[in-house]
Amino acid sequence: MYRRDGSVALRGSSAPLYNNLSVLRPPHKPAACLGTVHGHAVTVVTAGGDAAGSAQRQLQPRAGGGASLVTQAAWCVLPARILLVLTCQKGIEMYESDGSIMVYWHALDVTEHPPGKSAAGTQSGAPWEHKLCLPEGSLQQANVSSAWRPPSTSSSHPCAGMSSGMVLVFDIPHKGTNITVSEVLKEHHDPITDIAAELGQAPDGAGDLVTADDAGTLCVWGSAEDFALLTRIPGFGWTCSSVKLWNGLIAAGYGSGQIRLYEAGTGALRAEVSAHARWIYALDLAPATGQLLSGAEDSFVHVWKICRNPDTDDVEMEHCHAECVTDTQICGARFCDPDGNSFAVTGYDLSEIFRYSRV
Amino acid sequence: MSARTLPLLFLNLGGEMLYILDQRLRAQSIPGEKARKDEWTDVDRKRVMNDIITTMFNKKFMEELFKPQELYSKKALRTVYDRLAHASIMRLNQASMDKLYDLMTMAFKYQVLLCPRPKDILLVTFNHLDAIKDFICDSPGILNQVDETFRQLIEVSIFLKDKVQNSNGRFVLPTSGPVPWGTEVPGLIRMFNRNGDEVKRAEFTTGGNYVTPQREGSFELYGDRVLKLGTNMYSVSRPAETHTSGSSKTLASSTKENIVPNPLAKEELNFLARLLGGLEIKKPGGSETGFRLNLFTTDEEEEYA
Repeated sequence: MYRRDGSVALRGSSAPLYNNLSVLRPPHKPAACLGTVHGHAVTVVTAGGDAAGSAQRQLQPRAGGGASLVTQAAWCVLPARILLVLTCQKGIEMYESDGSIMVYWHALDVTEHPPGKSAAGTQSGAPWEHKLCLPEGSLQQANVSSAWRPPSTSSSHPCAGMSSGMVLVFDIPHKGTNITVSEVLKEHHDPITDIAAELGQAPDGAGDLVTADDAGTLCVWGSAEDFALLTRIPGFGWTCSSVKLWNGLIAAGYGSGQIRLYEAGTGALRAEVSAHARWIYALDLAPATGQLLSGAEDSFVHVWKICRNPDTDDVEMEHCHAECVTDTQICGARFCDPDGNSFAVTGYDLSEIFRYSRV
Repeated sequence: MSARTLPLLFLNLGGEMLYILDQRLRAQSIPGEKARKDEWTDVDRKRVMNDIITTMFNKKFMEELFKPQELYSKKALRTVYDRLAHASIMRLNQASMDKLYDLMTMAFKYQVLLCPRPKDILLVTFNHLDAIKDFICDSPGILNQVDETFRQLIEVSIFLKDKVQNSNGRFVLPTSGPVPWGTEVPGLIRMFNRNGDEVKRAEFTTGGNYVTPQREGSFELYGDRVLKLGTNMYSVSRPAETHTSGSSKTLASSTKENIVPNPLAKEELNFLARLLGGLEIKKPGGSETGFRLNLFTTDEEEEYA
C-alpha cells in the first residue's frame, strides 16, 4: 500500500510528453532532484524533506539563439560526474547536475546528419531551416554504468534518440567539456521514444541497452566494445512509449495500455499484461526489488513486481498496487528510491508533482 | 509534430465555431415577420452559416490547407478565424470574438485529450463535418465542397497526437466505459515460458470499470462514428455556460507566451492574407444593413467595465 504524502507545487505544469518526470537518484542517497518539462523550460525541484524546504528553478535552453521547445530532461549518473541533459528542438544541451553551468551544446541541423560537431559548435542558418527540421529529441539516461552498478565499469555513454530514428552516443570524459559524439546508431526508422540501460546485472550476451520507437520496434544493443545490435523485437501496431531493462528482462509500455516483458537476449515474450485502459506514458523500475511502476492517460498508476525464479527460469509478474490520480492524464512517474518504497507522479495540466510512499 | 496536422486543427476548430454561432444565432433570432430591419431572423442565420461554410471550404483554400506544412502560429490561426467569422453579414466585437475563440479551443482541446486513440481524431473531425453538412443540407453546391474535403481526409490516413498546450482547466476523466478499439480491458496478466507457451494467468483489480468496445467507428463518407467527441454539444438545450472570462484570465497568468518574436509569423500572416484575400468578403452595403451580434450577454458589461 502506498499513500500520497505530499506534493510539490510547480510554477508551471507538465507538458504531455512521454516520461515527463526525471528523478536524480545519486548512488546510495535519497532522491535529490525532480525535473519536469513544460514548453520552453525545465523545472528543477530540489527534493527537500518537506514541501516547504524545496527550492525550485527554471532552466531554459538558450543555445542556438532564441527559445526552443524542450522535449526531455534527464540526469545521467556517470561514474565520476552527474550531468543534466536537455533535448530541445534546436539541439542537445548538457549541464552540471544543478543546471548551473552548460558544459556541452550539440546543434541539430536541418538534415539531421550525424554531425559530430565540436562542443559549442552553434549552427548558423536561416530560421526557416530550423523550423523545417523540428528534430524532436527524446532522451533517456543510457549510461552503461548506471547508478546501481559498481562504478568500476569503464565506459559511460549517455545516448540521445531523435525523431529521425537515429540514436547519438556520447563520450563523456571524467571532467571537463571535451564531450564528443562517439557513435550514431541507425537501426530505427521511426522517432525514438525512449532509451533504457541495464539497471541490474545483465546475463551473458543479453545486451545492456534498449531503444524503443514510435512504431513499437525495440532494439537491444550490446556495448562491450562498440555498440552492436543483438536483437530486434518488432512492434504490433502500437507505439512503445516507455521501456526499462533489468537483469536481462525488458519491460515495455505501449499505446494499447499493455505492458510486455521480453527476454533481452532472445526477444522472447515472457509476459503480457492488459494494464491500462489508455495510452501508457511512463514506466519505471526499482532495481533493488524489481518493482515496476506504470502510469497512463487513464489516470491510473500501477505498481507491479517482477521476478525471475532462478531454479525454473520462470518469469513471474504480479500486481501490487493501483492508484487513481483523479482526472489526471499521467505523463510522468518515477520511483524515488532503489527499493521502490516511494514514487512521484506528474500529469498534464497538473501544476504539482504528487509524491507517494509505502505505508 | 506531423506536417499534416493543420487541416485537422482548422476543420475541428471551424466546426466548433459553427456550433457556437448556430446556437447563439438561434437564441437571438426573431420570427421573420416580426423582425425590425436591424434584428436577426432565421433567414439571416442561414445566410451567415452558408457564407461562413462556403468560405471555409473554398476549393483553393482547402488545397493549400492539405499541403504538408507546419502549423500556423497561434496568432496566425486566430487571424484566420477572425476573418472567417466575418465572412458574412455578421459582425462580432472583440470581446465576443475572444470568447468565441476561447470556447472553440477549449472544446477541441477536450476532444483531443480524451481521444481514445490517435486515429480517433479522424472520427472527431468526421463528426464535425457530418454536423456541418446538416447545417447546409439545403445547398447542394456547398455540400459538394464539404464532401470533397471529406474525401481528401479519408485518403490521408493521419496518425496524430496533437500536443497543443493551453492550460485552461481540468477535464473530467471517466474511469469506466469502453476501452479504445483494438485494446483489452485491463485486469489480466499472462506469462509465457521460453518457448512461447502460456504457462500462467493472473487477474487483478484495476480500480476502473471498463468494458470492451462494441464496434469501431466508421471512417467512410457516411456512417456511425460511434465516438461522441466532436458532435454538437450546444444542440441540447442546457443552461449555456458561456462566461469564460475567468478561465481566460487564469490562462493569461499561467501560460507563458513565447515573447520572442517569430520571424516566420509575418510570412505566415502574409500567406494567409493572400489566401483569404482572394476570397470574397461580403461587405454590408446599399440596401443591406450590417448586423452586429453580441454573442454573450456579458459583452456589454465588459465593454463598459
